[in-house]
Amino acid sequence: MEEKREPKIVGFLCKWCTSAAADLAGTSRMQYPPSIRPIKVMCSGSVDMSYILRALLMGADGVLVGGCHPADCHYLSGNYKARRRIAILKSIFDTLDLDSERIELKWISASEGKKFADTVKEFNDKLSEKGPNDFTKSWNL
Amino acid sequence: MNKRIGVFICHCGLNIAGTVDVDALREAVGKIRNVVYVKNYIFLCSQPGQEMVSDAVKEHKLDGFIVANCSPTLHEKTFRTIAIKLGMNPYLVEVANIREQSSWPHSKQPDYATKKALKIIKGTIKKLERNIELYTQRVGLTKRALVIGGGIAGIQAALDIADGGYEVLLLDRKQSIGGHMAQISETFPTLDCPQCIMTPKMTEVAQHPNIKLYTYSEVEEISGFIGNFTVKLRQKARYVDWDKCTGCGECIAKCPSKPLSEFNRNLCKGTAIYRDFEQAVPSYPVINKEACLYFQKGVCRVCEKVCPAAAINYEDKDIIKEEKIGAIIIATGYDLMPIQALGEYGAGKYKDVVDGMQFERLLASTGPYAGNVKRPSDQKVPESVVFIQCAGSRDPETHYPYCSKICCMYTAKQALLYKHNVHHGKAYIFYIDIRSNGKGYEEFVQRVQEEEGVVYIRGKVSKVFKRGDKLVVWGADTLTGQTVEIETDLVVLASAMIPSTGSLNLASKTRLATDKFGWFSEAHPKLRPVESVTGGYFLAGTAQAPRDIPETVAQASGAASKVLALFSNEYIESDPVIAQVDPEICNRCGYCESVCAYGAVKLNPKTRIAEVNEVLCEGCGACAATCPSGAISHRNNSRKQIFDMISVATENYDQITTKFDK
Ligand SMILES: Cc1cc2nc3c(=O)[nH]c(=O)nc-3n(C[C@H](O)[C@H](O)[C@H](O)COP(=O)(O)OP(=O)(O)OC[C@H]3O[C@@H](n4cnc5c(N)ncnc54)[C@H](O)[C@@H]3O)c2cc1C
Ligand code: SF4
Ligand code: SF4
Ligand code: FES
Repeated sequence: MEEKREPKIVGFLCKWCTSAAADLAGTSRMQYPPSIRPIKVMCSGSVDMSYILRALLMGADGVLVGGCHPADCHYLSGNYKARRRIAILKSIFDTLDLDSERIELKWISASEGKKFADTVKEFNDKLSEKGPNDFTKSWNL
Repeated sequence: MNKRIGVFICHCGLNIAGTVDVDALREAVGKIRNVVYVKNYIFLCSQPGQEMVSDAVKEHKLDGFIVANCSPTLHEKTFRTIAIKLGMNPYLVEVANIREQSSWPHSKQPDYATKKALKIIKGTIKKLERNIELYTQRVGLTKRALVIGGGIAGIQAALDIADGGYEVLLLDRKQSIGGHMAQISETFPTLDCPQCIMTPKMTEVAQHPNIKLYTYSEVEEISGFIGNFTVKLRQKARYVDWDKCTGCGECIAKCPSKPLSEFNRNLCKGTAIYRDFEQAVPSYPVINKEACLYFQKGVCRVCEKVCPAAAINYEDKDIIKEEKIGAIIIATGYDLMPIQALGEYGAGKYKDVVDGMQFERLLASTGPYAGNVKRPSDQKVPESVVFIQCAGSRDPETHYPYCSKICCMYTAKQALLYKHNVHHGKAYIFYIDIRSNGKGYEEFVQRVQEEEGVVYIRGKVSKVFKRGDKLVVWGADTLTGQTVEIETDLVVLASAMIPSTGSLNLASKTRLATDKFGWFSEAHPKLRPVESVTGGYFLAGTAQAPRDIPETVAQASGAASKVLALFSNEYIESDPVIAQVDPEICNRCGYCESVCAYGAVKLNPKTRIAEVNEVLCEGCGACAATCPSGAISHRNNSRKQIFDMISVATENYDQITTKFDK
């Protein structure tokens, strides 16, 4: 009812880059869909696979993990760890015939407010097209 | 579990209240479990706003509180400071960012701006419920620095720290400090000679009451962490008792063994008992055991006979010394790639193909020919010199992809000095392009090109070979598209700079990160250029990357000021938002150890259970995301907290009717 097919996006945004980019998008009054529900994390490398799974199993239509660009992670290599983990998770999804496109990893630096707004818009559109996530039908927590 | 939570909602004038229905929000927040108090205010960060928060925390006996306002980068500290004043643990204060992340980006959808603000606050409440009190840990520190490497970087850093009033140990594996700068003839762009500008600094080092020199010494072992290192140094056997030696040099003058001089880059001979160069600091010599006739053949002992101070001691042994240190500066510098690898340029095959540093020695007044340029093969004055830039640099296929940064400038300098030395001589420089971006550098290159008549040829050299007693250089001029052939007497290769020999060994002893070539890595490429990744280690000079003397000195002073800042504290206070291990659950797999970029978590050698070093841990959370048994957690960012926040995030937006709906 309420959602009017508004997807639900859980965003794990690293404190140093992507969350700062979201702040900048706000400061610059850029508008993007409110479908994103931000959770600030210290680093994309702290995003446990179980966080992504849990979000999807609890009804998120998509999960966005945002980190610093390669070589820019505040903690040096957290973003590479995130990249590896998400690649593994996606390939598990593909093997199980689950929709791995519902997981998105993006490098968005603190100066890229526009990229943050655009990323949310695009992901929102993509998820709207896909329709609701049906993981919850076959999987239960 | 915190059950008496207060929430303060800021209107931020109309910045929040203009798009978020703050009254509807207050009402909705008031209904959330564990929230015992909600209050709206026009500007929370104002003085009266802060007082209001302060009073409410006391009056309502809050366990913790949330300020729902702007980004935590702006006022998290403000409100945590209030908590400290009230005797509340500051980590029980959280910020819900409803301005940058809701009222502003959704100002065109005020109903959603309100709903999203509520969600952000709800998530933050969930986090706060499980926040625990955290305390910074204090550890003492030894206010004493170790500088490894006594080139100009190490010298500058040591002097700055010593002038700041702290003790410094300056270590160099060579007999003397000075490094490569001591070998240079004159320095671009001003053409001062190092003897004029560096020797005074070296003397200052020797005389400084706060500097203890350890030359002819190397690091044996380092343990400990920032502020609290224990370093074992190996002082190599010198075979000369420096306490007795007066530095008169009688021994050097009489030594009959003449090995090649390393300082003169093998262009001439030195002696088996030697000091690196005339102005060496310290001035006391050492015996090169490999070249010494007594050590090799059992006969000679001439130095012993001539030494007026009876300082020679053939029984000398390596000595291991242990020192307590608080901060370490890595200033181990660079070396040049061995030119033998550049066979296409005839290097290694022809004596008259030399590297840049050899040419510096040929130019130097302290060099093999007292500053009269002669070519190594037959001591003839070269009628022409061909310089080849980027020899081994910017060559990702066969050698090093990076730019050595200094060669454009020193080649221009060398061509100029050669022309000043051999007036009728001809100088040719092959280059890819000229990088002269420093103060006065472009002007310097212009001068060399225009006033000194040095011929610059843009292009690559394909081959160098011998014809009679001349060398022939074949190349292509990419500006005219023509091939060039130059007959010359001497070829100088501006060969690539590489990390100093043994850098990787030192990196493994210190467990410091390097890049794939062996240059020491900085903590952040832009924002923390003089700190290394590991706390307590700082970087100065070319140990980190190729650079020239002005940049080296600036960076060395930067590193020294970091050390001084560290030493201005009585103790080290560590951020407590870090990782924590539950020893009952740890299964000793060691995954956390392998994933931590800071070497902050290690398996205890006895129990094999992971332990976090609270001072080294930066709190990134990578280990917690890796630990397969859930034993390591990220304080106040625990899995339970994130799961709770995910539950809130994935719920539908609350149906709140806002004033904007009407
Ligand atoms: C041919 C040539 C010409 C140049 N001309 C100029 C010029 O005109 N102007 C200019 O600005 N720059 C010039 N440069 C660059 C200049 O040499 C460097 O910028 C500068 O010397 C770097 O100083 P450093 O202290 O970082 O390194 P280094 O001079 O390399 O000093 C490092 C020191 O550390 C010691 N060391 C290394 N490893 C260890 C270890 N493991 N343990 C203990 N000690 C160790 C070494 O013995 C050495 O004394 C030139 C470079 C070259 C190659
Ligand atoms: S939180 Fe990061 S820095 Fe701290 S121990 Fe874990 S991986 Fe290392
Ligand atoms: S990863 Fe976890 S279980 Fe493994 S050693 Fe570290 S804390 Fe222990
Ligand atoms: S801090 Fe941004 S990805 Fe690591």
